[in-house]
Amino acid sequence: MTTHPVLRLTGITKRFGTTLANDAISINLAPGEVLALLGENGAGKTTLMSILFGHYTPDAGTVEVAGVQLPPGKPRAAIRAGVGMVHQHFSLAANLTVLDNVMTGTESLWRLKSSTGAARAKLLSIAERFGLKVNPDARVGDLSVGEQQRVEILKALYNDAKILILDEPTAVLTNLEAETLFATLRVMAQSGLSLIFISHKLNEVMAAADRVVVLRGGKVVAERMASATSKAELAELMVGRRVARPVREAAVPGTVLLEAIDLDVGRRLSGINFAVHAGETLGIIGVSGNGQTTLGHLVSGLARHTGGELRLFGQPINHTSVRSLIEAGIGRVPEDRNEEGAIGEMAIWENAVLERIWEFSRHGLVDRHAARQFATKIIDGFDVRGGTPDSRTRLLSGGNMQKLILGRNLQNRSRILVAAQPTRGLDEGAIAAVHTRILEARRAGTGVLLISEDLDEVISLADRIQAIVKGRLSPPIPAEQADARMLGLMMAGDWPQDGKFAHAS
Amino acid sequence: MRLERRAHRPLVLVLLAPVIAIMAALAIAGVLIAMAGAPVLEAYRLILTGAFGTRLGFTETLTRATPLMLTGLAAAVAFRARVWNIGAEGQFYLGAIAVAAVAATVFSGWPPYLLIPAALMVGAIAGMVMLLVPLGLRLRFGVDEVVTSLLLNFVVVLFVSMMIEGPLKDPLAFGWPQSIPVGPEAMLPKLIDRTRLHIGLVIAIVIAVLVYFLQSRTVFGMQSRAAGLSPTAAVFSGVPLAKTLIKVACLSGGLAGLAGAIEVMGVKGYVTTDLSPGYGYSGIIVAMLANLHPIGVIAAALFTATMFVGADSMGRALGIPSYIADMTVSLSLLTMLVSIFFTQYRIRR
Repeated sequence: MTTHPVLRLTGITKRFGTTLANDAISINLAPGEVLALLGENGAGKTTLMSILFGHYTPDAGTVEVAGVQLPPGKPRAAIRAGVGMVHQHFSLAANLTVLDNVMTGTESLWRLKSSTGAARAKLLSIAERFGLKVNPDARVGDLSVGEQQRVEILKALYNDAKILILDEPTAVLTNLEAETLFATLRVMAQSGLSLIFISHKLNEVMAAADRVVVLRGGKVVAERMASATSKAELAELMVGRRVARPVREAAVPGTVLLEAIDLDVGRRLSGINFAVHAGETLGIIGVSGNGQTTLGHLVSGLARHTGGELRLFGQPINHTSVRSLIEAGIGRVPEDRNEEGAIGEMAIWENAVLERIWEFSRHGLVDRHAARQFATKIIDGFDVRGGTPDSRTRLLSGGNMQKLILGRNLQNRSRILVAAQPTRGLDEGAIAAVHTRILEARRAGTGVLLISEDLDEVISLADRIQAIVKGRLSPPIPAEQADARMLGLMMAGDWPQDGKFAHAS
Repeated sequence: MRLERRAHRPLVLVLLAPVIAIMAALAIAGVLIAMAGAPVLEAYRLILTGAFGTRLGFTETLTRATPLMLTGLAAAVAFRARVWNIGAEGQFYLGAIAVAAVAATVFSGWPPYLLIPAALMVGAIAGMVMLLVPLGLRLRFGVDEVVTSLLLNFVVVLFVSMMIEGPLKDPLAFGWPQSIPVGPEAMLPKLIDRTRLHIGLVIAIVIAVLVYFLQSRTVFGMQSRAAGLSPTAAVFSGVPLAKTLIKVACLSGGLAGLAGAIEVMGVKGYVTTDLSPGYGYSGIIVAMLANLHPIGVIAAALFTATMFVGADSMGRALGIPSYIADMTVSLSLLTMLVSIFFTQYRIRR
C-alpha cells in the first residue's frame, strides 16, 4: 500500500498476570479502509482496542495516528486525535434527547449557555452526509436499539472522529439492522473515514470488511483480504484447528410434549402459541429484549401464565414451580449461566445437585456421596474440564460451566430441554460441543425448546422456527423454508396476521 | 504490584490467618500500651494471667465467652445468608426481659426441668420475633435490614428500661431500676461451685456444633448459602428464597434471644439495662473473626472474652485504662479482615 496509514500499531504487548493478552501486535489501517478484527473470546481483541483508545497502558509498543504518536493511557488524547469508539454496551443517557447525548462532554463546563443551535446544525449535516437518519429531539430511551447505535456512531463522528472503532456492533441488532449498519459503514469508508470493527461472526466479517486481521491467543495469526478468503478458512484460522459445528439430521417428530395455547404472561407475553414435539427442536429466534427472558422463565417454572393454557404431556397445568417442572422431566439451561445457572463460590457438586436436591437428600440431610458421584458422572460424561467435584465452580471456563449445566439436566434423560441462549459468549469449540449435546438429546427423543438470538444457531439446530417480537410469537415455519432474509423479516415483526405464510404451505 | 485471586485457598493459610491477625493486633496494641507508659511484655503477661491465671479469672473468661458465642453464632448464620442482622443487641435484651416477665409469674411453681427449657424457649422466640420484623420489611417492601435491625436496638433498650421502671420493676430492690428476679428455680446450674460459670457454656458449644452440622450437611444449610451467595441462581434452582431467609432469621434472632435468656438465668437472675456490655455488637466482631464458621466462633468468642477479662485485670494492676481491651479486639478485627483477604488473594508484581 502506497498511501500513508492513518493508524499504525507497532509491537503492542500487554500482560495480565501470567496471561499474555497481546503479544507484539502490529496493525496498519489505511484511509477509507474497513478492517475487521476477528478472533474468539479471549483472543485479545478488546484489550487491543482498549490500548488504542487509551483505556489501558501497553507494556510495550506504540500507537501512532497519522504519524503522530499517542501518549499511552490517555483517552482524551485519542479522542482529540480523531479516534472514536462505539462500545458494545452503549453509553447513552436514556432520559436525554439525541442532541443532548451527542453534545455531552463537548462543551466547556464554564460556559453559561450552550450553543444548541450550532450543535444541531452540525449534527444534522453529519447525519445528512452519512445517511444516518435521526431526530435530534427524540428521547434516546424511546429509540430502538438500532437507532441508539446510530446515535453512538453520530456521537463519535460529532467529535470529528476519523478512525471509528466498533466493538461487536451487531451483537444487539437484527440482521436487517445489521445490513443497514454495514451499508452505512461503506458510505463512511467511501467518504474517507477508516473503520475497525471487532467481531467473532464470520458472516459479517465477510460481508463488511475489506481486510481481515485474525487474532488468536493474543497474536496476529493471519491477515487476509476479504475478497481472497472464505468463511471456512477464517474459521480455521480463528480457532486454530478445523472446527465443524455438527449438523442436524432429519427426524420424524413424535407426540406433543409441551404446548402453549393463546398464552399470556402478564403483559410481557401475549397470546403465544407453540408446541414442542418429542425428538424435535423448536427454535425461537428474536432480538434480545422481546420477551425471551419471560418465555424462558415460564417454561423453567419461574413465571406463571396469566391467561390461556399451558399443556405438559397433554395435561393442562396451572401451578408450575421449579420443582414440579424438573420432576416432570424438564431440563433447563438459563440464558445467563453466571447469574442464574451456577453459583461460582459453591462447589461443582453443589451446583450439580442444587436444583434437584430432593433426589440427593433424605430427611433434610444432603447425601454428599451420591451428589459427588453425580457430579463425577457429569464431569466424565460431558467432558467438563478444569475442575473436580469439590472445586469451586467459578474456576470453570464459560464453555465448561455450560457443559456442567447441560450435564446436570441431560444426565437423567430429561424429556424436554429448554435451552435459552445456550452458546451466548462461548467460543467456537465450546459452541460445537454444546450443539452436539443438544442434537444428541434430540436424537434420544427429547423435545428441545431453543431460545436464541443467533441466526446461525437456530438455522442449524431447529426443525421448526418461530420468531418472538414484542411478546408475540410468529407462526412456525419449517427450517427447510427458512433463510436469513426471511427470518430477518420475521424478527422485525413482519408476518401475516392470519397465522400462515403465503409461501409456507 | 497487583492483587490476584487465588484459585484455591490453602488450608494452612486459612488456619494460620486468625493466629497471624491476633499477633499483629497484639503487636499494635503493644505500641498503645507503651504509649500509656506501661511495660509491654509485663502487660501481655498480666493479660494472660488475668484471664487464665486464677480460678476466678479462668471461669470469668468462660462466663463472658458464653453470650459472645451465641451472639457470634447469631451474626454468623445470618451473614452467611446475607441477612444483615445488626440487631443482636436488641434481640438479646428482648430475650432477657421476656424471660424475666414469665419465669417467676407464668411459669411460677413449675419444676426446674420444665421451667428452664420453657424459659429459654421464650427468650429465643422473643429474639426471633425481633428479627422477623426487619426481615419482613425487607421481603415485603425492600427496606434495608441493616438500618431497621440496628435502630430497633435502641427501641428495645428503651422498652426494657420502661419495663424495669414500670410493670416489671422489682419492688424489693430499694428503687434500683431492675426487673423482678427470675427466681432460684429458673437459675441455670453452675458448672463449678462458687464461681459464675454455668452450663450456658455447654449449651453454647453444643449449639455451635449443631449449627455447623446444619450448615454443612443439611439441605437448609446448602440452600441458605445459595440464597446468600446468589439470590437469582438460588431462585432458578427452586430454592424458596423468602422461606429460607425467614428460617435463617428465626435461627439468628433465636440465638441472640437465647443469649439474653441464658445471661439472665445463668449470671444475674434479673434484668438491668447494663446486662450486656455490648454482647450483641461484639457478636458481629466474633463472627467476622471466625470468618463466619460456627466452630471458629467458639475460638473467637474465647479470644474476645480473654481480651476483655485479661485487659481489665491488667489495667487495674498497671493503672492503665482498660480500653486497651476494646482496642485490641477492634484491632484484631481489622487485622483479621486483612488476613482473610490474603487467604483469597495474593500479591503479584
